Amino acid sequence: MKVLVAVKRVVDANVNIRVKADATGVELSNVKMAMNPFDEIGVEEAVRLKESGTASEVVAVSAGSSACQETLRTALAMGADRAILVNTDMELQPLAVAKILKAIVDRENPKVILLGKQAIDDDSNATGQMLAALLGWSQGTHISKLLVTDNEVEITREIDGGLETLKLTPPSVLTTDLRLNEPRYASLPNIMKAKKKPIDEVIPEELGVDVTPRLTVLKVEEPPKRSAGVKVSSVKELVEKLRDEAGVI
Amino acid sequence: MSHYQAPVRDFLFVLDEVLGVSAYGNVEGFGDVGTDLATTIIGEAAKLAEDVIAPINQMGDQQGCHFENGVVTTPSGYREAFRAYAEGGWIGVSADPDHGGQGLPHVYASVIGEMMASASLAFETYPGLISGAIEAIERHGTPEQKETYLPQLIAGKWGGTMNLTEPHCGTDLGLIKTRAEVKDDGSYSLTGTKIFITAGEHDLTENIIHLVLARIPGSPEGVRGISLFIVPKFLASGDSEGSMEVTRNNVVCSSVERKMGLKASSTCVMSFDSATGYLLGESNKGMRAMFTMMNAARLGVAIQGIGVSESAYQMASTYARERCQGRALNGPAKPNQVADPIIVHPDVRRMLLTMRAYNEGARALALWTGLQIDLSRKHPDQGTRRNASDFVALMTPVIKACFTDMGFESANLGLQCFGGHGYVSDTGIEQLVRDARITQIYEGTSGIQALDLVGRKLPAHAGRYLRSLFHPIDSFIQENGEDPELKDFVLPLAKSFARVQQATSWIVEHGMQNPEHGAAGASDYLRMLGLVALAYMWARMAKISLSQIQKGSEDRQFYEGKLDVGRFFMARILPDTSSLLSKISSGADPVMRMPSEAF
Repeated sequence: MKVLVAVKRVVDANVNIRVKADATGVELSNVKMAMNPFDEIGVEEAVRLKESGTASEVVAVSAGSSACQETLRTALAMGADRAILVNTDMELQPLAVAKILKAIVDRENPKVILLGKQAIDDDSNATGQMLAALLGWSQGTHISKLLVTDNEVEITREIDGGLETLKLTPPSVLTTDLRLNEPRYASLPNIMKAKKKPIDEVIPEELGVDVTPRLTVLKVEEPPKRSAGVKVSSVKELVEKLRDEAGVI
Repeated sequence: MSHYQAPVRDFLFVLDEVLGVSAYGNVEGFGDVGTDLATTIIGEAAKLAEDVIAPINQMGDQQGCHFENGVVTTPSGYREAFRAYAEGGWIGVSADPDHGGQGLPHVYASVIGEMMASASLAFETYPGLISGAIEAIERHGTPEQKETYLPQLIAGKWGGTMNLTEPHCGTDLGLIKTRAEVKDDGSYSLTGTKIFITAGEHDLTENIIHLVLARIPGSPEGVRGISLFIVPKFLASGDSEGSMEVTRNNVVCSSVERKMGLKASSTCVMSFDSATGYLLGESNKGMRAMFTMMNAARLGVAIQGIGVSESAYQMASTYARERCQGRALNGPAKPNQVADPIIVHPDVRRMLLTMRAYNEGARALALWTGLQIDLSRKHPDQGTRRNASDFVALMTPVIKACFTDMGFESANLGLQCFGGHGYVSDTGIEQLVRDARITQIYEGTSGIQALDLVGRKLPAHAGRYLRSLFHPIDSFIQENGEDPELKDFVLPLAKSFARVQQATSWIVEHGMQNPEHGAAGASDYLRMLGLVALAYMWARMAKISLSQIQKGSEDRQFYEGKLDVGRFFMARILPDTSSLLSKISSGADPVMRMPSEAF
């Protein structure tokens, strides 16, 4: 069984995000980049499937500039077998990424594709769902537990108010949530071995995918600063305020 | 989350742009590492340093090592962190791949070493000592010894130590008394006491391999009669059926020192009572075997100085941007707040810029030296090997003393930025001051480094070592002296270069009449040479940064930062070379005139 795992290069989770002065986007120059943390969870899960003998091959895919090679090297160092970079300097929106991944899936024929539930830069939470629709596959999103057998994929999802367990008929698109696993640190010997693993490069045109953005960014600005709160002297006052001023009860 | 963020961008700047390591593909070990692999290696080591090692540093200082009945317990979190470090393969970074190492060039090990030192100096001593033992056995061990010890050390299953110092001798190792008597089976029986043994006993590994300097009875007096031995804590002996019997060797930790800092690193008194040992290398050549590792070990300590300094800078600069007190002198910077952040004050900026100018300059110079260690050992061309080896010999004492002095100075300046909050323990910066202090002492005090420089390295081969530094500086000044854009850098470099040449002549000339003339100014001369070498690195970095800005680099901010810090170095730190020259040329009289009884 082949597993495909999609990884995105994003601003490192520890970096303080700054909006560009001209409000066209987020400052990316001289900023530390890393693999999207949810995708890291996806890679870890795929590698575990391989280690348990369920998966026979793990292929990591990324779409973006040549710098994404670094992100793919990290996936390879964590244990992926090979990687594919869809090289483009165009801004990629979720639909374009879903189309790219569909084209890769058509070539590779995996049984399962793992994606992060969302990327921590734009937080779209859309690519996995779009991909499932384009492929016509079953989808399991926000999964916190995964059990793959020959003809069934059993997942647990985190939903409002609890956990939902579903059985899917593969092939399936799965998106990872935070509690699925704790990704490993790549060891130095595995980083060295990863150098010898292949990264294939293609461009969107070769895949027959039009990645032209469909959405226009009008303006990017920081969320308003939180203003100071008020102290209440009693529970009664709190309830009144919640009811009369905030209108939430 | 800890405060520490590894300066990955700066490491890559130094490796790729300043040193151009990609040009050394023909040197063994370099061909395997391209820029993307280097980025991944540094990035993963950074994660380990930031997420696993740094968070245990403060707790380790508070708990310290616990000693009871010969057993040392390291602080909580240390065992887990050590496992993560060992299993990640970070101990054998530059060790021989035949025994499980990764065979990476030394220059990368230096990068990783700085990050680990920033994360926790105390923690880093444990894997650091193992690396030392690996290098000693790789270079001097028999094939059987390599097979027995290296894979276990590289995997971090066994620890390593260096046993040199005895109660009555530290600097002067010729006085060593520990005896090694040969036994019938060719092994030795060691008896004696060693002190200040870092990682002498701990609970991080299942066995500990002690490397011990001792004297075989009948050997010549002094350093020519010292041999090096492998003394494992546990001895394994196989029988004919292939089962192994493990026995406890007669080497025990009899106490653990209480000390100023580095509290999570166990500093042990080791007692050898007819302990079984095996000769490593040739008999009576123990000192030489130790000294072959000394350059790398001293570079390692120099890098610890940078590591602490970087950590202190990060803490202090964050604090200075957040802490609001008083107003900027030319009118409020934040008029709608009650006070401005203290970063507006010239004196706070002076402290922060001093730290940063040390860190970035020292990082470039240390990695340059690390690269020269690789070239001195592995470059195919003999002339290049010799020149690199000259440079390493010259610069080792300079950067060991200079960078550890700067590390302590920097930790102290960082504390000062915090004011009273720096003096209380919670902020964590006072720990850096205490931890940094030892780096100026172990592996040879700063004073000993200065004597090594002036007494051994300057006169060697009629001053040949010095040329390995002076020639590139001279060429750089010749080539760039006319460039108006670079004049803020090349002019001060040229002036300080002239001063250090003057100081060198003074010492050589007067030292020949009376060695105390050289010795009295040795520390000042070492500092001066260090400052000029740093100025040279800053000038090179400035040249690269200017050209990147002209090319319209996307990283403009990064390169402008380099220019700002470099200008500060030239204007506010390098002029110290003037006063150092005056001190040096005052000679021995001011320090030797007063009789010893008058002290």
